[in-house]
Amino acid sequence: MITRKVTRKWEKLPGKNTFCCDGRVMMGRQKGVFYLTLFLIVGTCSLFFAFECPYLAVHLSPAIPVFAVLLFVFVMAMLLRTSFSDPGVLPRALPEEANFIEMEIEAANGNVMAGQRPPPRIKNVQINNQIVKLKYCYTCKIFRPPRASHCSICDNCVDRFDHHCPWVGNCVGKRNYRYFYLFTLSLSLLTIYIFAFNIVHVVLREYRNIFEHVVSLTPHCTVLEVLVCFFTLWSVVGLTGFHTYLISLNQTTNEDIKGSWSGKNRVQNPYSHKSIIKNCCEVLCSPTYPSVLDRRGVMLEDLSSPTPSDASAASTHQSSNPVSQTTKSSAPLIPNEHTPDEAKPGIGSGTQKSTSSPKEEKPPSPTSPNAVAPAVIKESSH
Amino acid sequence: MSSAPRTATERTKLPYCHESFHNLQELRHSASLANKVFIQRDYTDGTVCKFQTKFPSELDSRIERTLFEDTVKMLNNYYAEAEKIGGQSYIEGCLACLTVYLVFLCIETRYDKVLKKISRYIQEQNEKVYAPRGLLITDPIERGMRVIEISVYEDRGSSGSSSGSSTTSSSGR
Repeated sequence: MITRKVTRKWEKLPGKNTFCCDGRVMMGRQKGVFYLTLFLIVGTCSLFFAFECPYLAVHLSPAIPVFAVLLFVFVMAMLLRTSFSDPGVLPRALPEEANFIEMEIEAANGNVMAGQRPPPRIKNVQINNQIVKLKYCYTCKIFRPPRASHCSICDNCVDRFDHHCPWVGNCVGKRNYRYFYLFTLSLSLLTIYIFAFNIVHVVLREYRNIFEHVVSLTPHCTVLEVLVCFFTLWSVVGLTGFHTYLISLNQTTNEDIKGSWSGKNRVQNPYSHKSIIKNCCEVLCSPTYPSVLDRRGVMLEDLSSPTPSDASAASTHQSSNPVSQTTKSSAPLIPNEHTPDEAKPGIGSGTQKSTSSPKEEKPPSPTSPNAVAPAVIKESSH
Repeated sequence: MSSAPRTATERTKLPYCHESFHNLQELRHSASLANKVFIQRDYTDGTVCKFQTKFPSELDSRIERTLFEDTVKMLNNYYAEAEKIGGQSYIEGCLACLTVYLVFLCIETRYDKVLKKISRYIQEQNEKVYAPRGLLITDPIERGMRVIEISVYEDRGSSGSSSGSSTTSSSGR
């Protein structure tokens, strides 16, 4: 039996994410600010536990450090959960799906005169009696579902895209929004807690010193903690307040910034339940959505396998599709004003790592980058 | 729903079955992929996962409309069950929050359980209904829950002619 190195699907995922622990951890590209966040939280809390807690535990109550520890653990857990999980990335369309959508667009647009710019690719759908426009993503080759948006830093379409947060080093989307909110909420509480007990500590110490006529300078670390907490307070508490407001209206940061639902002539938010409690429940208490990326699935590498049933059994995801392809999305980008210049490809560009079984007689045909829409050769015609 | 006919003579009696496929295995070995049809999402009720039940014209000659619609409606019901915000999702959410989401190392989320049910259902539908007609449904989770992909197969022996051909040539394989 030949043992070959197993390639997991995360290794071939397009987009600019970083993966760790063999695909279990998924983060954005730039992690520097995330390390800063970690350093600030862990550093400040360490100083608090080392210098304040012994004094407070003895002179006030031992419950103070215990509660601080619990809060700290919760904050770290929420931070790591937000940073390391899949925010709700939508996988790019495989070539057949991309071609199918192209043909639909072509059919809808009719004939475009040579030299004329084709109309923008927009689909109108009616959601709860409001018309919502779905935009076409040229990178992912899909019509973005409502509330999805393409993150340019991670180069992925993310479902219910909120924003890309450099502090957590990841996008905030459908799957990790509640962890992000709980992180900001608990961090606010932790900051307020540490800030308050620092003040208490300083006051107690100076008070005692006055009684005992002892001169003592407030330890430097206390001052440092107070400073960090003071500046963190304004930003984090403000952010928590902002997101609480968004949750009560069932809006995303992206929609708020773009003003999608504000203004008289604009569509009203079709996703809001018109009740604050229902909106909060939907955002915070809805079921945990699964990741559709299947990062740790095994790539089917054996091209010459005569029995696809064996190959598909190796895939961790039970598939009833015998020609399950895990191709890297490689259909050439259609050049237009949205595609960056360096992405204008040659014919059949990209690594077409096709793992289809030899049953499929005609592979997807290469397309000319100059055409407005690719020509697709189909075997059968009705 | 009737089970797949077992003998070749029984299969040729099916109105849409001009290719003789025993089961999924034979589909893989003796058929070639002709076309893929994509059933899109239906967003009229918001962002919940729901697929359009509109019958695509490419499948007109391959499968009965009611069977197709039943499959899609059943899938929609499963997804609605998975995404239902109710008592169970609250309990799950609160428990998970209190245990700092470590509880998901031990138990499966409700959504994952329903996804497994869906996977089994699709497998069963493929075996009983779609493979005998030369079709195959791909689980939407493998396409990012964006589309239901239906692969249309053609019998290799039917010399690349259109799948709309009415010849019931059951070439012995």
